[in-house]
Amino acid sequence: MIKLEPRGERSRLMSWLSPILAALLTMLTGLVLFTLLGVDPWQALTTILYKPIADTYGLAELAVKATPILLCAIGLSVVFKAQIWNIGAEGQLLMGGLFGSYMALQFLDNDSGYVLPMVLLAGVAGGLFWAGIAAILKVQFNTNEILTTIMMNYIALNILLWAVHGPLKDPEGFNFPESAMFSQSAILPVLIDDTRVHFGLALALLAVVAIWVLMSRSFVGFQIRVLGLDRSAARLSGFREKRLIYFALLLSGGLAGLAGVGEVAGPIGQLIPSISPGYGYAAIIVAFLGRLHPLGIVLATLLMALLYMGGEMAQIELGLPLALTSLFQGLLLFYLLACDVLIGFRLRLTTSKPATAPAAAVATDTAVIEARG
Amino acid sequence: MKRRQFHKLLAGVVAGAMLGLSVPAVHAEEPLKVGFVYVGPIGDHGWSYQHDQGRLSAEAHFGDKIKTTYVENVAEGADAERVIRNLAKAGNDIIFTTSFGFMNPTVKVAKQFPNVKFEHATGYKLSDNLGTYVSKTYEGRYVAGYVASQMTKTNKIGYIASFPIPEVIRDINTVQLALAKYNPNAELKIVWVNTWFDPGKEADAANAMMDQGVDVILQHTDSPAAMQAAERRGAFAVGQASDMTHFGPKAHLLSVVDEWGPHYINRIQAVMDGSWKSSAMVEGMKEGAIVIPGFNESIPADVTAKAKELIAGIKDGSVYPFTGPLKDNKGEMKVPEGTKLTFADLEKMDWYVEGIKAEIPK
Repeated sequence: MIKLEPRGERSRLMSWLSPILAALLTMLTGLVLFTLLGVDPWQALTTILYKPIADTYGLAELAVKATPILLCAIGLSVVFKAQIWNIGAEGQLLMGGLFGSYMALQFLDNDSGYVLPMVLLAGVAGGLFWAGIAAILKVQFNTNEILTTIMMNYIALNILLWAVHGPLKDPEGFNFPESAMFSQSAILPVLIDDTRVHFGLALALLAVVAIWVLMSRSFVGFQIRVLGLDRSAARLSGFREKRLIYFALLLSGGLAGLAGVGEVAGPIGQLIPSISPGYGYAAIIVAFLGRLHPLGIVLATLLMALLYMGGEMAQIELGLPLALTSLFQGLLLFYLLACDVLIGFRLRLTTSKPATAPAAAVATDTAVIEARG
Repeated sequence: MKRRQFHKLLAGVVAGAMLGLSVPAVHAEEPLKVGFVYVGPIGDHGWSYQHDQGRLSAEAHFGDKIKTTYVENVAEGADAERVIRNLAKAGNDIIFTTSFGFMNPTVKVAKQFPNVKFEHATGYKLSDNLGTYVSKTYEGRYVAGYVASQMTKTNKIGYIASFPIPEVIRDINTVQLALAKYNPNAELKIVWVNTWFDPGKEADAANAMMDQGVDVILQHTDSPAAMQAAERRGAFAVGQASDMTHFGPKAHLLSVVDEWGPHYINRIQAVMDGSWKSSAMVEGMKEGAIVIPGFNESIPADVTAKAKELIAGIKDGSVYPFTGPLKDNKGEMKVPEGTKLTFADLEKMDWYVEGIKAEIPK
């Protein structure tokens, strides 16, 4: 029987090294895997991790891919710090894209300077609206936000599909489910010529800095951290819990909404049925991989974006299947959780009777939850 | 370098040296690079699977004269543009993007790579180095409509429709025209599922129609779910995109199969010859793009024979469902006697023919 036993004090250094260790173990497993598949492992690894960013074009594409993930993940770091589990970044992103598109389609023949700010604000409003519903349900009815936000992801997707197949469909598009292309005034300006890097990246980096300051220097940030660490302590100190929940959820929702409008008004340029390949979900992995710290999240976002692009590159260059991308992402999360558990706990072989087995299982569960927090 | 290539190179260099020629002869041996972008996994047994079968038959045809690359499961969003551009950057000479949602990304990349040829399936935007291709699925659907009209006992035919785009509307119309001609008592029931591939929804639609007495199901979606549902309940069904016989051996009347191989072979050859030109290509039974591989043995011999006759007629042009006079389902004359709809008309079709008791969803 294997038992998990707390190690006592948790090493701060190790908790930071854990993601790096996880990344190394993922690479190592990758090497073994490629060897078994009969692919030159070194070539495979460089194709996935280096080739996509070997030139300026590749680096620019990495930034394009990272922008929406970063916006979602940095927002999630705030709610997760408060121990509020917003799994709904995907839905909030979709609503942001939908609201932003609706606004952009009102200004198809308008090249004024106020169009883009209105489009962006509409996108943020979409995210706020969707996260706001989850916040009201949680604060007023004590509903579990994990369930509501997950369910609302599907509702958001179906509303978006309805809109793009219905009222927002391009009237000249032969009934194909796409909106008209936005006018240039509603499109985020490109930051670097001949690339697709757009103003959304600047907004995302701005958000990272702002949230860093908010969480480490402001009183609100302090309150959120206390709320996450000990809810009753926060209540005893007179913090207004409900207000903090609203604040954290709306902040992450608004940023996810911005991510969504940044995609439709950025590289896509119109509303289509599939504006996100799951950025909102990837952002959850990214937030934990980055230890809910702004700097860590930036690094984790880059790694996640690179894995997506590496998967494409492995198909083009080596003919490896796409499942590889998901496999790598899964391995990464698995190793991270494993490292976290083993950093907080030590394995002990015991000769206990089966009766204690459920207790050991419970211990494992708590270990994972604690390691995540 | 692969060994075979090395031998060729060696042979080329030796021959060149002997004849006093330089290397261009060897250079011509360099394979033509062909890229494919799929929206689904190649294992979907529907749309992307059929395109990949087309890629494989092009490979079998050309051998080491071409080198193909595919990228599967490409999301129709911001990623598509990067994938297409990466294929262009990797030196592909012609790139096939096989889903409607890749249209605008393909247009953008085609602008940046004027020397690379692009072909986009099912779209409507063209440029000098960007062509489109689409199959006349309605030809197969007409034969399916005829067989359905003969096999139904309840006189209720079901149609699982994906999206109200012109392709789907004209195929629904073709089936209605076949029913009107060969069994005027048969009625067409249409269910919109708003998806190309969702086994759950497709099965629900099939079951709902069978509850209403439908006994032959046609589908304009890609999963075999309706076929399986029909098999369980003893109804008939028509397969789409790939041969679906084994999903319902008793229910399966026939499948209308998309064969992309001939198109790919033809177009790759054109690039090799230097004769490739951008155009909107439409191919059907005559070109081998739409195929009905076989008929269920339970179909009476005279019906099978007539169906084969129709196929021959479609191939030689004597059978064409969209020949006037045609009225829409509100009684307005749309195609006067003696005229025919062109494919350009069909590409914009947004009305139901006479006899369909339904409205097109807006």
